[in-house]
Amino acid sequence: MEKLWQLRQERQRWEATTLKDALKRQPERAQQFTSLSDLPINRIYGPDDLKGFDLERSLGLPGEYPFTRGIHPTMYRGRLWTMRQFAGFGSAEDSNRRFHYLLEHGQTGLSVAFDMPTLMGYDSDHPRALGEVGREGVAIDSVQDMEILLRDLPLDRVTTSMTINAPANVLLAMYVAAAENMGFTRAQIGGTTQTDMLKEFIAQKEWIVPPRPSMKLIQDMLVFGTRELPRWNVISISGYHIREAGATAVQELAFTLADGVAYVQAGIDAGLDVDEFAPRLSFFFDCHNDFFEEVAKFRAARRLWARIMRDRFKAKNPHSWWLRFHTQTAGVSLTAQQPLNNIVRVAIQALAAVLGGTQSLHTNSMDETYALPTEDAVIVALRTQQIIAHESGVADTVDPLGGSYFVESMTTTMEERAEAYIQKIDDLDGMVRAVELGYPQREIAEASYHYQQQLERKDKTIVGVNEFVLPEEQRIPILRIDPEVERRQIERVRRIRAKRDEVRARRALDDLKRAADAGENTMYKVLECVKAGGTMGEICDVFRAVYGEYREPAII
Amino acid sequence: MATSKIRIIVAKPGLDGHDRGAKVVARALRDAGFEVIYTGLHQTPEMIASAAIQEDADAIGLSILSGAHMTLFPRIMELLREKGGDDIVVFGGGIIPEDDVSVLKATGVSEIFTPGASLETIVRWVKEHVKPRGVKA
Repeated sequence: MEKLWQLRQERQRWEATTLKDALKRQPERAQQFTSLSDLPINRIYGPDDLKGFDLERSLGLPGEYPFTRGIHPTMYRGRLWTMRQFAGFGSAEDSNRRFHYLLEHGQTGLSVAFDMPTLMGYDSDHPRALGEVGREGVAIDSVQDMEILLRDLPLDRVTTSMTINAPANVLLAMYVAAAENMGFTRAQIGGTTQTDMLKEFIAQKEWIVPPRPSMKLIQDMLVFGTRELPRWNVISISGYHIREAGATAVQELAFTLADGVAYVQAGIDAGLDVDEFAPRLSFFFDCHNDFFEEVAKFRAARRLWARIMRDRFKAKNPHSWWLRFHTQTAGVSLTAQQPLNNIVRVAIQALAAVLGGTQSLHTNSMDETYALPTEDAVIVALRTQQIIAHESGVADTVDPLGGSYFVESMTTTMEERAEAYIQKIDDLDGMVRAVELGYPQREIAEASYHYQQQLERKDKTIVGVNEFVLPEEQRIPILRIDPEVERRQIERVRRIRAKRDEVRARRALDDLKRAADAGENTMYKVLECVKAGGTMGEICDVFRAVYGEYREPAII
Repeated sequence: MATSKIRIIVAKPGLDGHDRGAKVVARALRDAGFEVIYTGLHQTPEMIASAAIQEDADAIGLSILSGAHMTLFPRIMELLREKGGDDIVVFGGGIIPEDDVSVLKATGVSEIFTPGASLETIVRWVKEHVKPRGVKA
């Protein structure tokens, strides 16, 4: 106490003398400094900014509650994060080749991007798939496509993350069926399906059926995954898309954890014990340009989730308290102008993710404001991670920013503001209801318009866009998708439908409909459908028929 | 003010759900005094062309980030011509590579705004190029 009083005296003396003189000579660059998400940033941080901060309660030690410093005792000294580049384009053959290429260059996990028709549960020959097949990811219509996608990949040694939500049940079923056909057992295959429909309704907006039946289908998957797939993470609770849709860092943190609360409750409501499934929930965050704000966000996320799981849900297994997460650098921060600059942005963001303690990382490629990345651009992005891991030295000590007055103060601020949002969502009766009311959607639309206005006024700077503009833009090579992909994929799905045992396929689809109508677990039936040659679109049509299609009220 | 009568449809063709840009532009146009109708997501070319005719729109702003612009934009232009809406000014934006811009313009799209375009640029362009239908621009 005596010490703190002395420090305060010293600070007042410094402000009256050294600082005052300095400001007279050179005023500061701005009246007020704020983070990218508009949190106030002080000139200097000290012990006074850590009110209520307790070394044991707020920070703890790595690998121990509340995990502020990381979920593992040795973090990257033991094992580096998984370098997992999201990839998928064109046909299953094209994407399979890209996966082999990435593994040969030192990537350590797979991450599949699907095209828009697949994300929305349409077959490639559906009229709504026109022009979209294989464009923004790989087209998967049937278990045959999945087998081509996974050809010769060591599914017992690499884990596969699939960015799929509304039809996550169908793709998980196809993955299981394809893996079994390739000779792997259910106990051998590991990976993640995103399966986070709440953030779809909030931000990413690829949906099939309305929120409540969507939650029911997720419950079915949770039960199936918990019983049948010991190495599968059924849900990856995702803030990435929330942030990319224009949310602030605090909103990303708060809405993601509130989504997490809804899924944990859904699992418990489905009859599972919290410690049976919570250790396999994982998270997925964005990492934007504001370095310290992002580091603080990740540290606050771990602490807040640990408290929610232990105190609110009474989980007993320490692994249930863990917030394990994947990070992707912020696609939204990349600029079409002077695209080589994006390499630098990605490096800064990736460094923040590592200092925030991520378990796996995707670094964006510099050309992604134009198209899906070329091989050359992807390699630079992967090399960025390898340079951070092997050359920068930041991976050699645990939580190197822990104890910084600024970082600890920012971590607490993020946590407090996120808690206030979560309280508000609890007051609305939880995230499902909040989504139906459009609450998070409106908050994000407000934040994104506000940020755009700040850019227009140059309150915030984007190099090459609103400052330091070049009259002539650099041209870079971009990836082109062969239009033949769509034609070939349409032929393939039609051929599969024509050649299969039609009676068996119809029976499986009818059985799924019956189970959905009766409120039974649909996941086992979906697996039967894919094995019987049922296609993505046919299976999702069953859900459309039973639950209806979701239509979003258009809010601007 | 003449601009207050101008009616603009902001539409999201295709299946991608990236609506941040569409919403921000819709709001900026509304704040600039235009009447703006936002269609919502996942619209087919038929839905967009019909909405523009029914709403008697003076302009359509298309936003697409799925890569399907080379199929969907020309289809919308074709439908507008069929339905007698060929004097509706169509502009667009999204993840659209430079080489595609001239091809789209040849199909009748008046302007393409690529990532980083400021709201001011878009609003100014609309003020200069969109007049109430029937009035020569």
